Amino acid sequence: MAQAARLGVDIGGTFTDVVLDVAGQRHSTKVLTTYAAPEDAIVQGLHRVCEKAGIAASDLTQIIHGTTLATNALIERRGAKTALITTQGFRDVIEMRSESRFEQYDLNLSLPDPLLPRNRRYTVAERIGARGDVLIALDRAEVEALTDTLREAGYQSIAVGLLHSYANPAHERLIRSVLEKHLPGVMISLSCEVSPQMREYERFTTTVANAYIKPLMTSYLDRLAERLAAQGATCPIFLMHSGGGIISLQSAAEFPVRLVESGPAGGAVFAAGIAARHGLDKVLSFDMGGTTAKICLIRGHKPKTARVFEVARSYRFKKGSGMPISIPVIDMVEIGAGGGSLARVDGMNQIRVGPQSAGSEPGPACYGRGGVLPAVTDADLILGKLDPDNFAGGTIPLDTAAAAHALDQALGQPLSMPTVEAAWGLAEVVDENMANAARVHAVENGEDLSTYTMIAFGGAAPLHAGRLCEKLGVARCLIPQGAGVGSAIGFLRAPFSFESNRTQFMPLAQFDPAAVRALFAEMQVEATRFVRTCAPTAPIHAEFKVYMRYKGQGWEIPVPLTPAQALDADPAVFLQRFEQDYTTLFGRPVAGMAVEITLWSVNAATLAAPVEDLAPVAAQPLPVPLGQRPLFDAALGTARSAAIYDRASLPLGTQIQGPALITEEETTTVLPLSRQARILGDGCIDITVQGV
Amino acid sequence: MARSQVVYQVMWNRLISIVEEQAQALVRTAFSTSVREAGDLSAGVYNAAGQMLAQAVTGTPGHVNAMADAVAHFIRRIGPDNLAEGDVYITNDPWEGTGHLHDITVCTPSFHKGRHVGFFACTAHIVDIGGRGFGADGNSVYEEGLYIPALKLIDKGRLDATLIALIRANVREPDQVVGDVYALTTCNEIGHRRLIETMVEFDLDDLDGISDFILTNSHHATVARIAALPQGAAEGAMTIDGYDTPIDLKVKVSFHGDHVLCDWAGTSGLDKKGINVPLVYTKAYACYALKCAIAPEIPNNAASLAPFRITAPVNSIVNALHPAPVALRHVIGHMVPDTIYDALDKILPRTVPAEGAGCLCNFQVSLRPRSDQAAPCDAVRSEVLTFNSGGSGARPTLDGMSATAFPSGVMTMPVEATEHAGPVIIWRKELRPDSGGAGQYRGGLGQFMEVGAREGHEFDFSAMFDRLHHPARGRRGGMDGAPTTLAQDDGRAMKGKGKQFVPHGRKVVMAFPGGAGYGALADRDTALIRRDLALGYITPAAARTIYGLTEAEIAQVTAQARLGETD
Repeated sequence: MAQAARLGVDIGGTFTDVVLDVAGQRHSTKVLTTYAAPEDAIVQGLHRVCEKAGIAASDLTQIIHGTTLATNALIERRGAKTALITTQGFRDVIEMRSESRFEQYDLNLSLPDPLLPRNRRYTVAERIGARGDVLIALDRAEVEALTDTLREAGYQSIAVGLLHSYANPAHERLIRSVLEKHLPGVMISLSCEVSPQMREYERFTTTVANAYIKPLMTSYLDRLAERLAAQGATCPIFLMHSGGGIISLQSAAEFPVRLVESGPAGGAVFAAGIAARHGLDKVLSFDMGGTTAKICLIRGHKPKTARVFEVARSYRFKKGSGMPISIPVIDMVEIGAGGGSLARVDGMNQIRVGPQSAGSEPGPACYGRGGVLPAVTDADLILGKLDPDNFAGGTIPLDTAAAAHALDQALGQPLSMPTVEAAWGLAEVVDENMANAARVHAVENGEDLSTYTMIAFGGAAPLHAGRLCEKLGVARCLIPQGAGVGSAIGFLRAPFSFESNRTQFMPLAQFDPAAVRALFAEMQVEATRFVRTCAPTAPIHAEFKVYMRYKGQGWEIPVPLTPAQALDADPAVFLQRFEQDYTTLFGRPVAGMAVEITLWSVNAATLAAPVEDLAPVAAQPLPVPLGQRPLFDAALGTARSAAIYDRASLPLGTQIQGPALITEEETTTVLPLSRQARILGDGCIDITVQGV
Repeated sequence: MARSQVVYQVMWNRLISIVEEQAQALVRTAFSTSVREAGDLSAGVYNAAGQMLAQAVTGTPGHVNAMADAVAHFIRRIGPDNLAEGDVYITNDPWEGTGHLHDITVCTPSFHKGRHVGFFACTAHIVDIGGRGFGADGNSVYEEGLYIPALKLIDKGRLDATLIALIRANVREPDQVVGDVYALTTCNEIGHRRLIETMVEFDLDDLDGISDFILTNSHHATVARIAALPQGAAEGAMTIDGYDTPIDLKVKVSFHGDHVLCDWAGTSGLDKKGINVPLVYTKAYACYALKCAIAPEIPNNAASLAPFRITAPVNSIVNALHPAPVALRHVIGHMVPDTIYDALDKILPRTVPAEGAGCLCNFQVSLRPRSDQAAPCDAVRSEVLTFNSGGSGARPTLDGMSATAFPSGVMTMPVEATEHAGPVIIWRKELRPDSGGAGQYRGGLGQFMEVGAREGHEFDFSAMFDRLHHPARGRRGGMDGAPTTLAQDDGRAMKGKGKQFVPHGRKVVMAFPGGAGYGALADRDTALIRRDLALGYITPAAARTIYGLTEAEIAQVTAQARLGETD
């Protein structure tokens, strides 16, 4: 029998990462992303890694793919000509948004245009009530008449979003049946299927986004399958979705909005795999690249999930300035903090960093490609974190004088600070921005970061992870091997999964155990059947969760249940689990209030890839460093001489005291004075507090 | 010194993130839709003297700036020697809180290592406070509901059960109101926990150093902005509907080097009904308007607000004293910025927008089983409040924003969430074509709404609208926005303010006002006019009569638009 050969492919903004795993042996490569035809880069990368591994494309047994294409199509508005059909009287829901301004003090604020202009939004007379009852019945003839208009306009894709359709989808389904009959070939997205949840703005926006990118993504996925087949790779292709699981090509084509942020989701899965290997129950995943940093909480080897994500923020990454996409997602915060983020001084003499980024062109000032504003990388260089002669394996020589000049001009002169202090201030601000994002995210989830271990990856993360740990009171940090292509490795570790959700209000006072058992059983069958289509033989397990709140609250908290708790369906147990989780989040329960369940969720998944055993390694004597250079220590406020080591040549078990620098081709791990490091059996750099 | 500057910069950011977390906790745990869906709340952190150091940027400038003073009142009322660890204070005093009884403010002193180091405070708009219900009809504050003076809600960890019982017994939605009181307490608790962690991390015993740093920098930055502007003075005026008689708002804005003075001499006196404004709320919106125009990115705190000085004659409508009725103080409060901008436009030309809808287009429905015949057994009583926005005024280089709140920043409640809150049905909520005033830049569109009750219910409709008779005025040649209209669906007229009965089976049909235009219409880019027509922001009739497109142009644009295209 042929051995398993699995290919992970992550299309990012700059690079397409390709990782091949043949019987546990990993080969990887980075190819520049080819925007016009993204499949070209995949084919190029595929040949490279197959050659390295000495196998043919036809030997591949599985391809798992994640991509920013869906996200970019939404940000760049490159979708198809799309119409929305909605309830009469509510034509402008996606344009009126929340009727508020996401930046309160800007008199010249511009609101982002809706994805569909007003003349592509059509209404039909119909109305479902909040209880799912029909207030005005939909007339089939009215929909039939509308199809003539839609045909004439030549829409490729149609979104259907009616009020309260999450409670009763009958009208949306009737519209689909009419459209299918009269407009064959036009793609249709129903809000009751794309995102069956209360709150019309989020549900309609999600459905419109799905419809908008559906023709583009379907065509891309079809082309990709053909191109790969033409290379001999006829194995099944799966897609990474926003929730960190894997779905079939067909399902991805039907619900392409689920591919939004699938790359970072792969990163979170990568970190979760490292967490499992090291038996870490509470992990903070920290992924910092050129433009943004992504932060995610991982409990029990599983990334936290959420139900809404905001894509295409139009105003300095500000919350509320993008489109809310209401789908199961890995709950991440993404902020404009990367190696290319630019710094300036504002009106209060405060240093501000990002979200504007220098990108790769012109890049930070130290790249010497015409950048004049100081970026995070410029500060890192001045502080001694980077070696000017060995950046990116020596391919990009860094210009220290240019970095210093940019820092002096933008920060040093207005604040009367010497260069080093300006660099220190810049680095402190960006690190504090990331620390704040992590803290807010932790508090929103009721977590205390001081009990967490950080896993850091992405080109810029190892430079900042040490300081971030100091700020967050995080005592331990792992820098895994393969951090540069972490997301694509994550794809190969991801389980096949499907989350089935139902919005159904049930006060605990009217808890019906038989109905609850039946509902859970039905959802379990639905979710399991789906996963079975991707993984015909693997064992599948189900996770149960309800969202609960005090009656009258608008926001629920997730309450995970064991299968026994879910299927026993005892209201006393549901109440006890709710009060327990509510208290963890908000300090105290609310006395004497009724409790209700709003959303039911069953996630079926194959088991995650087995955890490789970590052989203990004996401590090794400290090797002779490559050299020394001054490294500014932010906590100390002064520079110290730091030893420099080459990561690849460090024997397993090596122990290093901070301050030190551990270099590799894609990045450098910075060890502040407060930290020490040890090389673990799997090559991870394990950073802990000095002297503990 | 240099080191401490970097540390303080970090700490300032940290305090801002703490109050954001504090506000987030309130949204997540609140019960009323005004808080949890619409964000009508605020949260802030204060030093031990009660000076505000940081505030969350939430829905409403009216809360936040007013809250800057609230903690000082608590200190005075509770007594500086009477503050204890584990205490939580509460009030809804309109003059010492945020302007009406419907806003409950909760304040929690923070102790660290046994020493009092600061305060957290937060405010939220609750759905009911008893009395006549939320509306304009009160003749004095005594009719407007339960009045809670500054009290200890929690005394050294012991909750005052008597106070909670008293609140429960006096409001129409006791679960929601008491639930929100708990949420306010939780919100301060979350802020406090994080502050103490931060003080431990930075090894601080008090907030004196960081407090000085924030206040000094904010003060210098604000004063520098003011000093850099022309030191002129100008008068502004605006007339609005009022309750029964029109109200004249008059202001003189003058620049004095290190401060800006807004004086409201000449403004109308008190109204008999509940649309009067405590000075604290006038100050809030006046400061907000000035900050937007002069120093938008300086965070709000005691020092950044201090250089904006606001004065008004006692018992003018913008400085109403106890016991004037004040429930709808927002209607006039939200008109304060447009009045100030009328003056400011003369000192700082091409900076401020044209007039907009101004006040939010809110209404509250009090539903109950029908009384004209037997009601179904599942009919219920319920209070449902909604927030909605008209159009904002056009800007010097941009069209106004459609159905977007200004100066308020609250969100509308999702229709689906509103319909879960009670037996109400929103039949229509969409943009109102032709309502934005024409001009080089067009005013934002208002919106249409229709509201009724579910089968078996009737309701009282509490109207809180203005601009029925005084639409937003254009600036620098721009045209006026469309006025508010409302009536029942059988044509029966309704008033812009006050509680009005709507019988079983009837709906209220509303059109909310548009923002005014900026600059002469002759200077408007024809491409924008054609786009507006294609998207239905203006009708063919208006395109012809107001915007001067030819029949052929109109036919061509609408034909394209029918195909889903614009030029």
